[in-house]
Amino acid sequence: MTTPSRLPDPYGQGQSANLADILERVLDKGVVIAGDIRINLLDIELLTIKLRLVVASVDKAKEMGIDWWESDPALSSRARQDELTRENAELRERLRELDPGRVPREAP
Amino acid sequence: MTTLRYVYAVCRPFEAPLQAQLTGVSGDPPRLLPHGDLVAVVSHVPEADFSEQALRGHLEDLDWLTGTARAHQQVVDALTAVITPLPLRLATVFRDDSGVRVMLEEREAAFGRTLDRLDGCVEWGVKVHVEAEPEPAAAPAAPGPKPASGRDYLRQRRQQSRAKDDLWTRAEEFATGLHRSLSDTAEDARLHAPQDPRLSGAAGRNVLNAAYLVHRDVSEEFVESVDRRAKDDTPGIRVELTGPWAAYSFAGEEDAGEEDVKDKNPGEAP
Repeated sequence: MTTPSRLPDPYGQGQSANLADILERVLDKGVVIAGDIRINLLDIELLTIKLRLVVASVDKAKEMGIDWWESDPALSSRARQDELTRENAELRERLRELDPGRVPREAP
Repeated sequence: MTTLRYVYAVCRPFEAPLQAQLTGVSGDPPRLLPHGDLVAVVSHVPEADFSEQALRGHLEDLDWLTGTARAHQQVVDALTAVITPLPLRLATVFRDDSGVRVMLEEREAAFGRTLDRLDGCVEWGVKVHVEAEPEPAAAPAAPGPKPASGRDYLRQRRQQSRAKDDLWTRAEEFATGLHRSLSDTAEDARLHAPQDPRLSGAAGRNVLNAAYLVHRDVSEEFVESVDRRAKDDTPGIRVELTGPWAAYSFAGEEDAGEEDVKDKNPGEAP
């Protein structure tokens, strides 16, 4: 193991470090180990996305390719609608299997 | 009060003292937990704040997150001053010391490989920003005479948009060249997603966000070459250097987790 040799003075770091730089590293980088306390990494990813949303408008977020809420039924009426449509189609399909001939094949 | 173990980093055993008065995420000083040829750097944290449920709530709280992230980074930073740590992701928590030891034991070989690879290196962050509104410079028509005709107006518009295009082209060339030359000095490099200026508070648009794994011995040289490039005549383009960081961006890859093995062959079924 080498002893660290002299390092240049810190740049934009320590107490003054930009929060984005720190979060980028401690949340997104570093070794991932499942400890005894299981933190769903999805939660953390969600959080970083939320962080970006806190500071970015929805349009900006979309521009950045962040659009998870659009497919999350809890957050988007369109996703809810899509889910209903899919559920309806599934139910229709199952009914048709049970009693062919009585349920119209056509989905909306 | 029940306490849990928060792990900041794993490293090789070392003698050098950590800076006095260093405190961890809940105010508890970091301690060394040696096991075999490895040391985990841990501190005690209250279960009330770090149980699954509490964490889930806290992680949604920007103030709590900011404080915890800074404290985490501060400990990792103090380690970086004396040794090459392998930094763990925020909020890696175990029930007790023996849980931490079991983890060290299980991952001994992988940790060893990664620590060998990173040995003696630090990470430097380099970002390139393009100032959002380039002074409509370069336009030969100085503080613009009023366009005499529609044709003049169009010509001025064209020149302005050409100046903007020029800036983007120059910025791209600059960033590519910078990245290439810095990669030569570095052991390894990573390109990260650009930062949103509204989160980073940096002016302009971030076009390059890179991390370089650089040996301590050549860090000075590395910093000088960034400075040199930054001072080049590049109006509208700004270079930002941060570091030295622990090798966060290079800690993951070979850590022999089963997931990583799969990641290496994305196309093949396991």
